[in-house]
Amino acid sequence: MSGGAPVPVLDVRGLTVSVGGTTLVQDVSLTVAAGECVALVGASGSGKTVTARAALGLSAPEATVRVDRLAVAGLDVRGYSERRWRAVRGSRVGYVGQEALGALDPLRPVGREVADTLRLHTRMTAAERVEAVRHALSAVDLDPDTATDGRLAGTLSGGMRQRALIAAATIGAPALVVADEPTTALDAGVAVTVMEQLRTAQTAGAGLLVITHDLGLVAGWADRVVVVHDGRVVEEGPVASVFAAPEHEATRALVRAAEHGSTASRAGAEVAAVGDAVGDADAEAVGDADGDAVGDAVLVADGLRRAFGGLVAVDDVSFRLPRGRTLGVIGASGSGKTTLARVLLGLEAPDGGTVTLGGEPWVPLRERDRRHRRRRVTAVVQDPGATFDERWTVERVLADALSDGDARTARGALGARVDAALGQVGLGPALRGRSPRTLSGGQRQRLAIARALATDPEVIVLDEPVTALDATVQDAVLTLLERLRDSTGVAMVFVSHDLRAVRRVADDVLVVHGGRAVEHGPAAEVFERPSHPVTVRLLGAADRLAAGPDAGAA
Amino acid sequence: MSGIAEPRLQADASGAAGGRSERFRGGTLGPAGLVAAGVVAVAVLAAVWPALLGGGDPLAVHPERALQAPSWTAPFGTDESGRDVLARIVAGTRASLVVGVVATLVGGVAGVVLGVVAGLGGRAVDAVVGRVTEVAFALPLLLVALVVIAVTGPGPVPAMLAVGAATAPGYARIVRGLVRTARRSQVVETAVLLGRSPARIVLRHVLPAALWPVVAVATLGVGQAVVWASALSYLGVGTPPPAPEWGAMLADGRTYLQTAPWMSAFPGLAIVVLATAVTVLGRAVRRTGAVR
Amino acid sequence: MRREHRHASATWRGWVLWGLRRAAGGIGVLWAVATIVFVAIRLIPGDPALAILGGPGSQASAEAVAQVRHEYGLDRPVLVQYAVFLGRLASGHLGDSYAFRTPVATLLGQQLPVTLTLAVLGLVVAWVLAVVAAWWSTQRGRFAAALTGALSVTASVTPHFWLGSVLIVVFASALGWVPAVSDGTAGGWVLPVVTVAVPVAGYLAETVRDGVVDAQRSAFALAARSRGETRAGLFGRHLLRHAALPGIALSAWAFGSLVSGAVVVESVFALPGVGRALVTAVTQRDMPLVAGIALVSAATYVVVLAVADLVERVVDPRADGGRARRGGARAPRPGRGVAGAR
Repeated sequence: MSGGAPVPVLDVRGLTVSVGGTTLVQDVSLTVAAGECVALVGASGSGKTVTARAALGLSAPEATVRVDRLAVAGLDVRGYSERRWRAVRGSRVGYVGQEALGALDPLRPVGREVADTLRLHTRMTAAERVEAVRHALSAVDLDPDTATDGRLAGTLSGGMRQRALIAAATIGAPALVVADEPTTALDAGVAVTVMEQLRTAQTAGAGLLVITHDLGLVAGWADRVVVVHDGRVVEEGPVASVFAAPEHEATRALVRAAEHGSTASRAGAEVAAVGDAVGDADAEAVGDADGDAVGDAVLVADGLRRAFGGLVAVDDVSFRLPRGRTLGVIGASGSGKTTLARVLLGLEAPDGGTVTLGGEPWVPLRERDRRHRRRRVTAVVQDPGATFDERWTVERVLADALSDGDARTARGALGARVDAALGQVGLGPALRGRSPRTLSGGQRQRLAIARALATDPEVIVLDEPVTALDATVQDAVLTLLERLRDSTGVAMVFVSHDLRAVRRVADDVLVVHGGRAVEHGPAAEVFERPSHPVTVRLLGAADRLAAGPDAGAA
Repeated sequence: MSGIAEPRLQADASGAAGGRSERFRGGTLGPAGLVAAGVVAVAVLAAVWPALLGGGDPLAVHPERALQAPSWTAPFGTDESGRDVLARIVAGTRASLVVGVVATLVGGVAGVVLGVVAGLGGRAVDAVVGRVTEVAFALPLLLVALVVIAVTGPGPVPAMLAVGAATAPGYARIVRGLVRTARRSQVVETAVLLGRSPARIVLRHVLPAALWPVVAVATLGVGQAVVWASALSYLGVGTPPPAPEWGAMLADGRTYLQTAPWMSAFPGLAIVVLATAVTVLGRAVRRTGAVR
Repeated sequence: MRREHRHASATWRGWVLWGLRRAAGGIGVLWAVATIVFVAIRLIPGDPALAILGGPGSQASAEAVAQVRHEYGLDRPVLVQYAVFLGRLASGHLGDSYAFRTPVATLLGQQLPVTLTLAVLGLVVAWVLAVVAAWWSTQRGRFAAALTGALSVTASVTPHFWLGSVLIVVFASALGWVPAVSDGTAGGWVLPVVTVAVPVAGYLAETVRDGVVDAQRSAFALAARSRGETRAGLFGRHLLRHAALPGIALSAWAFGSLVSGAVVVESVFALPGVGRALVTAVTQRDMPLVAGIALVSAATYVVVLAVADLVERVVDPRADGGRARRGGARAPRPGRGVAGAR
């Protein structure tokens, strides 16, 4: 922090926002000083985004906003009309939203989007604007020619888009930068770059407000933390002390999730499980972490290839998955791991190579020859909501899965099985009549897991199962997966770019880059002593993200 | 076990939060929908029981009372033969409603069949049907209708067939698009992963997803069909005189536009009101979620 | 992850190929239309020879009928007639109208420009009305939105023939601002164009409005506002483009609807267009004229589709027109909580 009395670039006191009769945010107070990074942390629905948007005057039109004090960059913006707000937005406060995928107008050239703030708030000529945009783009490590070549957002990758958005938000040198979930859905390497860009704005003197559900993300980057829960601020203070001694239950859950994410590993968890599970028979079922009692291979992939046009997505990938073991497949976005998962599931026919299931051919194979064995391999995807027919209830989803497609309702014995399936994943029988679309993200994923287990499969393929969930919910679902894996002995293929998640559940790890398998081995080894430079880079990025900008000092 | 991390989870596990089936998301029709429903109800009543609403015989000719302005005895005035305009409008409701609904059914069913075939079939089938619908689109609706009527002769039934034939390609295109989208959806992919047979997937997931929205579109189509059928009558190729049909009444009223504007105003209003009501009602029903 | 490429037609070769593809498709459509018309007319009851001689009421002798049949080739086998028909069309001969005894091409040459002008002007007016309605219903508060919505729905089901009469009574007879029927002046076009445009405007307004509302909820709209974009700027630079896309596709369909509307409107306003001729042609079984009209309208439709495609590419330079995102469910989505209180 700079010396002298820090000028707050954001000063909020007593903010209350309600929609209809529901209060979303109650009596929230928050300050951000110049050059300071404050993290606003909470689960989904806790009101953090609502708070941030109120600070920009961008609350939903039907919302009622009451506040005792609201000062942005020194201006008292209470009661500002829309017209006066427009002068403030972009010039005094910049906003980086969470949906990088859609936050750049897909029909407008990126260069123009970045130049907008200048066009709206300064009197620079077109040529001067172009120069400024070029400068801003190279500052975020993008090609400066983007300023004038008319290229569209669709030609940029997710990480590049987010960086362009940061350039667009900071080009006006605002005093306050608000970043709402800036690294969601980005893999660690890209996330580090994004955080670094934000850091640059901060060191240039701006105040930074980062909103996130993941305490682990900001632990290394923020100066102070403000925790919201159910619309209220429940705890705040310097990052280190909040981490060391969380007081509120919500904070404790966040800290727990963050710690599990960074330090947990398969071996570590097992030691903890054996210790905790007093008298728990499952403790005996916990297999061998060292890799000797391997068992025969339930899934064998050999030389898989898949290309789309000229682009090779999977290139000569082979592995063996022993019964009851979990294989983590890690790689950056675009490395081909999702295509690999789809090939394993038989959703795409590979251009070359085979997969056998329990010794019998599995891929490539005519669907009608494979259909009766489908029950042995099931899947859990990133966004389960779209996999549920919107007309079906929870009960029907499970009844259908348990009865191989015959039952629509679950009465009698089938009903008991549905309840048992729900209980197995931590859901209550009261949810039976609900539509899956009305469940929370975590509940939906649990339902998807229950559906995947319903047929008593030998292998479950999971493609980014927790990436779309809040940190605390991720923690809970991963815990569930660990427990289920131990109690049912099912083999899993866990595909993800999130190393923290893979570290928790995987026995063996396969590292994918550019469609090729560059490293393969027991998790403990790959994570402790990575041999391939790609693996080193991935691990390094994850560590950097957790540690923050002063990595050495951490 | 998860502690406070998922408070909603705990609340639901104890059954506190609402859990009725979300199928019929209740919701009211809204003020516009209610008004529209009322109008349609009146129209249906007029179609079923004309005597209840408009006094008099629609065909009764009273030359001595020709071209009278609206009055107590004839609230909508009389036409050139002394017939009561109100009575004719009420009597014409049945024809308009029936033609509108039947024409939409004809077009809808034909379109759905074509669309489903194109959507489920392979590339060749899709291409063929696609070309056919493109050709059908290339001909203006009225041209198709006129040609159909030229072949079959005028009358209410040919009018229904003509309008139905002309609107079928529109439905076909919509249904085809919906079927194709449904085929690629994650719901279908999940069903494949669960090992369901193609027939079951189509029946349980693809068709319902594609067909329910068509019902919503069809209610809008009824309004359009009413207008087009009236257009055919106006041109003299629909229901023959002296039957009370709104379009024909407008044609009759054309010559008396300056002297007896009520002959044209009220039938036209009737068309607009009925078609609008049906459209608004269809939209409101769709918004309640009962038909998604 | 695959990146979208710059539009393939951004090259000369791309455009030429596009043109060839459309031309080939267009010829296919025209051939199909010609065949359908041929078949349809054959199905119409009644003897064309009689129609040529003046209708079933004329007291034509058997020799006269036979002579006419021979003259017009009506006594040859069907397939031969079909071949001759196609051959003549391909060489540009549309034949002579039975009823008017003049070449169809000449007739259409006089009438087509009228109908096309009416349709094109109608489309332009409809678009203007639709954009204004979209602006009003999204930027001016609840009451304006409800009012515009109601007007749009009503407009879309307003019958032309009735609207035309009402407009004539109000603006021509009562107020005298414009002439009631076309008299060759520009003023004579006002009422017909408005009449034919209103129903289409109703549809377009709804579509464009829905598009604007959709776009308003998007992430890029929020991002633009967060930079201080003005309301007008947001509407003009961002929302309208996105909303226009479905409207452009609709316009192609709407053109057909406009031509159909022209048929009726030309009767009401006494415009010497193709529509008026069509009704008499069909009722009098004047096959060459019907065929000519059908073919011309099909050709127009093919051109309109091509133009719509062009315009769409200009408005949306993405290679796949956004279909990848609209259709695919596989794009990874960033985490979003249930409450989603954005």
